[in-house]
Amino acid sequence: MAEIGHFALILALGVAIAQAVLPVIGYVRRDQRWLAIGVSGAQTQFALIVLAYGALSLAFVYNDFSLVYVASNSHSALPLIYRLSAVWGAHEGSLLLWVLMLTGWGFAVSLSSRRLPSDIAALVLATMGSISVGFLLFMLFTSNPFERQFPVPADGRDLNPLLQDPGLIIHPPMLYMGYVGFSVAFSFAIAALVTGKLDLAWARWTRPWTTTAWLFLTMGITLGSWWAYNELGWGGWWFWDPVENASFMPWLVGTALIHSLAVTEKRGVLKSWTVLLAILAFALSLLGTFLVRSGVLVSVHAFATDPARGVFILAFLTLVLGSALLLYAWRAPKLVSDGAVELMSREGLLLLNNVFLVAAAAAVLIGTLYPLVIDALGLGKISVGPPYFNAIFLPLMMPLAVLVGMSAKVGWKRARLRDALWSMRWVGLTSLICAVLLPFVLERSWAWLAMFGTLLAVWVMIGSLLDVIHRVRSKRDRWAALRSVPLGTWGMTMAHLGLGFWTLGVTYAGLFSVEKDVRLGPGQSAEIGAYTFTFQGTQHSEGANYRADLGTVIVERNGRPIATLHPEKRLYPSQGSVMTESAVDHNPRRDLYVALGEPIGESGEWALRLYYKPFMRMVWFGGLMMFLGGIAAASDRRYRLERRVPNPVAAAATQAAT
Amino acid sequence: MTKRQGRMMWVGALLAGIAVAAALGFTALRKNMMYFYTPSDLVAQTAPKHARLRLGGLVERGSVQRGDGLLVSFTLADCAQSVKVRYEGILPDLFREGQGIVATGTVGNDGAFTADEVLAKHDENYMPPELASSLKTADGKHSCAPFKSVNGNVASAAATAGTR
Repeated sequence: MAEIGHFALILALGVAIAQAVLPVIGYVRRDQRWLAIGVSGAQTQFALIVLAYGALSLAFVYNDFSLVYVASNSHSALPLIYRLSAVWGAHEGSLLLWVLMLTGWGFAVSLSSRRLPSDIAALVLATMGSISVGFLLFMLFTSNPFERQFPVPADGRDLNPLLQDPGLIIHPPMLYMGYVGFSVAFSFAIAALVTGKLDLAWARWTRPWTTTAWLFLTMGITLGSWWAYNELGWGGWWFWDPVENASFMPWLVGTALIHSLAVTEKRGVLKSWTVLLAILAFALSLLGTFLVRSGVLVSVHAFATDPARGVFILAFLTLVLGSALLLYAWRAPKLVSDGAVELMSREGLLLLNNVFLVAAAAAVLIGTLYPLVIDALGLGKISVGPPYFNAIFLPLMMPLAVLVGMSAKVGWKRARLRDALWSMRWVGLTSLICAVLLPFVLERSWAWLAMFGTLLAVWVMIGSLLDVIHRVRSKRDRWAALRSVPLGTWGMTMAHLGLGFWTLGVTYAGLFSVEKDVRLGPGQSAEIGAYTFTFQGTQHSEGANYRADLGTVIVERNGRPIATLHPEKRLYPSQGSVMTESAVDHNPRRDLYVALGEPIGESGEWALRLYYKPFMRMVWFGGLMMFLGGIAAASDRRYRLERRVPNPVAAAATQAAT
Repeated sequence: MTKRQGRMMWVGALLAGIAVAAALGFTALRKNMMYFYTPSDLVAQTAPKHARLRLGGLVERGSVQRGDGLLVSFTLADCAQSVKVRYEGILPDLFREGQGIVATGTVGNDGAFTADEVLAKHDENYMPPELASSLKTADGKHSCAPFKSVNGNVASAAATAGTR
């Protein structure tokens, strides 16, 4: 079975090469038949990769430990669901997942290619094919998941216990969908640069693809944060770990791209900036892959430590980014004649928000790469801590939040700042009142940072609703008006609301969290504010592939019991590793978090970490809202209406060609 | 003010903004950079006192002592020197004697290291790359294999050597 998978990979490489080269020849020779190879190539390649992926999954299901990869990442006692997710539990398999996603996106593009001019579709698929060639070569030469070993071990070394968590089943696929999804926007940008058709239609084709990639990335990052909180963070939810940054940079640039595409589609300006962002978003995705897969980073996620792999990805990154930027530098100035943009207009402010987002991405990039550069130059080994990222990132997000709140009141083309602000005076006043009162009511605090955060959060939330309110208020039949609001507008509203919730969560969880590390024996208790945590000791318990100490902690508020928490300390004997499973009691208002540290002494005492985190759920809820908003925006009717309306110019051109 | 002047003003404001942002960024970067040191560096006093830094080494066998509450102290060593480390808090799951760890904190006047964070990585055989390379000798091998057996527990060192 494994050989079938391996063979499918080799065949897929051949198909990918054909898909990368032949449509380009077809484009040069204006030959319709050669152009069509892009579509069939993408579909064949996808089928082959699905076959390879299925073969590897089956090897995991049937515990085929003759495969090195299966033996190192699975165990016969591992539950089936984790054996299936173990497929992407380490380097080789996650690369296969990456290629599966890439060809999946290619397949999706090929399905919708009928509503694109054939030359654009062919060039998009050719670009995606050549990316695929790079990754397939990488996989076949440095990281083959189908490698056999002899003698066959009796059992596997088990999946890293950290990865045995429901959050981890969907986090990597989501993240990869997002990462790889930017390859579509990238390919559209390349196709536009080659053909010279950098027009409104191009922006309209690219938009739903970009939004879809972005929404997956959003969800992937959110899930990752949630997983880290539960599994490894000791209650932290974002660490500015280089690998987190690797996924966050494409997100920031991707967010800028979504907004810039909106401007390009609506007003026909900022074209070359949009193309550049499309290139950068994918380049940052590749850089993320390099950082994670090359082993240059010290991180949980960095499993590969083979230098050859790092060199290969770096070379591939240089090639892709270099040729794309070269093409951009050569073609973009000739193609684009952007009109002037007034700063005080919706497109001007969107450009400004782009600047903030890209600056934030650049700051994160500097903080992430600086230690690597210093190390490579032999100037010592340093690390850049979270304070740097917080000090830079949060100030950049503040003006952004102000702009997001204003978005509904600033029109296209030209607007007056004074009018916009004046029309928002009630919103501003409401936000101000909330800002002064909420921190005191909720946390008995007059801290000005809390007020400022609340001000921004409420401002963004109300501001993002204004668009919908406007559309409804002017109509007589409000219900009909509400239903006629396009999905795109709903998407924007939800995503911006999500930003508001996120801001609220970050402000309160950041400022008012209380953390306590305590040493407690059975029956002893510790207090955080009004909450009393009483430790009842631990019991032994057995899981499918682990043994655990199961603790019991009873939480009381003002003497009334409100929750019983069971944090665990697990030992996975197959890898000899110890894992901490925290226990959390949560509601939208606050999280109460308990984790077992270690047993101390002989009398049953344990070190415990206790947390009170206000509004913690809002951070992930905000991410979820952005995800849902992305879904709404990507499924807006006007993208689907486009179907089966052939571009008359292209149709005529291709007819002339054939 | 002509249109051109207006535009120049915007460009100037933008440039000034970028300059301020870059200046702030690099100050923040410099302030939050932490260098990595080994116990030998600390003993040789090449490390700055009272500055936050990262210290990597192996936890000496038999050196871990518990105090009141969550106070704990242990000795962190490389092949040549060792430093006493104090820490109050929860030690990571993979903190064990004989294991490589990285501690973040400051050096006090008495030469002891006060850690506010202790990191150990997830794999038993894992060693932070900074630590691994600082423990390497000129011939590229780990020089700390003898260190482990010298500090007691010869049997376990031999056992680990045997399984490799």
